[in-house]
Amino acid sequence: MATSVEIKDLSLNYGSVKVLDRLNLDIAEGEFIVLLGPSGCGKSTLLNCIAGLLDVSDGQIHISGKNVTWEEPKDRGIGMVFQSYALYPQMTVEKNLSFGLRVARMPKAEIDSRVKRASEILQIEPLLNRKPVELSGGQRQRVAIGRALVRDVDVFLFDEPLSNLDAKLRNDLRVEIKRLHARLKNTMIYVTHDQIEAMTLADRIAIMKNGVIQQLADPHTIYNKPVNLFVAGFIGSPSMNFIKGDLQGATLSVDGQANIPLANYQFANQTNGASILGIRPEHILVGEDARKMPVQLESEIEIVEPMGADTVAWTKIAGQSLTFRAAAEVHLEPGQKVLIGFDPGRGSVFNVESGNRI
Amino acid sequence: MTALAPTSIGVEPSGPRPRHITAGRIGIYAFLIIAALFFLLPLWVMVITSMKSMSEIRAGNIFALPMQPTLDYWVKAWSSACTGVSCNGLAPGFFNSLKITALSVPVSIVIAMINGYALSFWRFRGSELLFGILVFGAFVPFQVLIYPIIFALSRVGLFGTLPGIVIVHTIFGMPILTLLFRNFFASLPSELFKAARVDGAGFWRIFFWVMLPMSVPIAIVAVILQVTGIWNDFLFGLVFAGRENLPMTVQLNNIVRTSTGTVEYGTNMAATVLTGAVPLIVYFVSGKWFVRGIAAGAVKG
Ligand SMILES: Nc1ncnc2c1ncn2[C@@H]1O[C@H](COP(=O)(O)OP(=O)(O)OP(=O)(O)O)[C@@H](O)[C@H]1O
Ligand SMILES: [Mg+2]
Repeated sequence: MATSVEIKDLSLNYGSVKVLDRLNLDIAEGEFIVLLGPSGCGKSTLLNCIAGLLDVSDGQIHISGKNVTWEEPKDRGIGMVFQSYALYPQMTVEKNLSFGLRVARMPKAEIDSRVKRASEILQIEPLLNRKPVELSGGQRQRVAIGRALVRDVDVFLFDEPLSNLDAKLRNDLRVEIKRLHARLKNTMIYVTHDQIEAMTLADRIAIMKNGVIQQLADPHTIYNKPVNLFVAGFIGSPSMNFIKGDLQGATLSVDGQANIPLANYQFANQTNGASILGIRPEHILVGEDARKMPVQLESEIEIVEPMGADTVAWTKIAGQSLTFRAAAEVHLEPGQKVLIGFDPGRGSVFNVESGNRI
Repeated sequence: MTALAPTSIGVEPSGPRPRHITAGRIGIYAFLIIAALFFLLPLWVMVITSMKSMSEIRAGNIFALPMQPTLDYWVKAWSSACTGVSCNGLAPGFFNSLKITALSVPVSIVIAMINGYALSFWRFRGSELLFGILVFGAFVPFQVLIYPIIFALSRVGLFGTLPGIVIVHTIFGMPILTLLFRNFFASLPSELFKAARVDGAGFWRIFFWVMLPMSVPIAIVAVILQVTGIWNDFLFGLVFAGRENLPMTVQLNNIVRTSTGTVEYGTNMAATVLTGAVPLIVYFVSGKWFVRGIAAGAVKG
């Protein structure tokens, strides 16, 4: 598939602070890419560079095969949706939608038909004559999306578009954005620090930390095969259990108290020494189910957190705390002794020194 | 469960909370009324004195109402009191001040607005420094600058002219007005500006279509500052306006100081009230707008 956005060795400095450092990213046409990372890691900065709102310090940006590194935002074929909606407060919804088109001196009839189409897609026709203050948060964000939609661009940029909305609305709009992508098939670059949004929307997720992409892969791979400790800990809630130990061959010995055989684990790059076994709470089974697992341990429940759909329980093995997720029907209570089991083949092993998956 | 317990006054709370008059509240109102009276007193004395005959003024009580109220002094102050050699009253000064204010206020505000907008959204190398210098300008005592400005204006032939005084007012209004507008624009979300950039709008289009409509409340504040400041100005008018364009304040001073024999208190009082009327009216009229403009949150999106 053709590349839509190509970022080559992009660097951006604020004075002496390096926010982005020689970043490379290729995005295919029609792909939905999510940039995910903790606050301050440079997601918005990267998006602003792609949009042309920030001058890059070094490197190139290509959009639809054209080098746009020095182009104005309007000439890059991008539309952008912001966290704070950024609607023009003194203009009606219709004027907000058509502003960019009027600036470009498009014929009136064309403007009208585009505004009509966008407002149909987003179901905001009844709101066209209202001012932004008269809209709810969800409606405002729809208008903001519409503003990018009317411009008929190749690439949509979203900067945390849903984070000002309440949980329910966020879910609804998330689905709507997914539907929009399925319908329009534009390239979309979406910044968020909500991992649910990332997992549900993305074709590929780019996990960023300190201006560097840690891993770029589809959600399944990110979830199941994180390349390093940062990615492993960042994705998943409750987060992955990390069991520290010493790896010799295919056995991890935990403080000399327990030996965990990693027989099923596919080592990519086996390195003996201080290592961490990462295992997701949902991959740990309890009770009868645990008996079928290659690794089985006795442990005592410390805390139980019922979540409704399931239950999260806290326990300890060899002095290290461990959480696991059990079906809501399983009866668990603090102090109870249970058998837990897991398959190390579903986990990840990291070298402590490098932090990388081995 | 039983119903909620009634309160000490025997009514179950429902609907708007009854307003109680407390001692604190009475104290506040008493203080406000006294303060208002205190500040109104001079105005009151001036207005009644301007309507009293000379003999009555001499007779004594400055707080007493006039026995035979007359508007003669007002007419005289407006149209025939002597300022130095000419005896045309304050009217010419009024129109001069009107001209100076009407030109200086929009010019200074428009420039300051563009400055503030450029300094907050179109940062360039050294823009922070420029802003710093501008704000520092607010602390330079303007007496220091009078001679250099006289010199510069005479070089270009604008000393003692209407454009000259307008330029002077514009320059001296710049630091505080730029500060006002820059801080206002800096408080707007930068995403709004980015959105307009993505929509393809340039410097002027963003200014006129997006920023200007949002700046009405702050522009009203600027207008109030400038109208009162420029109308009340004495020094610049005296130095820079030239004989033809002396503002009302300067002419008032001349009237009060031109004494032919007796001091005509009535005329002086009337002239003073007339001169002060414009800023007063501006406060009365705009005060309401001012508060409304800000309270209406015209700025919030
Ligand atoms: N104008 C600026 N001057 C200096 N440093 C800046 C500036 N803007 C951003 N930064 C720094 O750049 C880094 C990246 O900022 P950015 O806004 O891209 O973060 P982000 O990943 O979008 O975070 P968030 O999730 O909180 O939005 C931050 O460490 C921030 O402190
Ligand atoms: Mg951000």
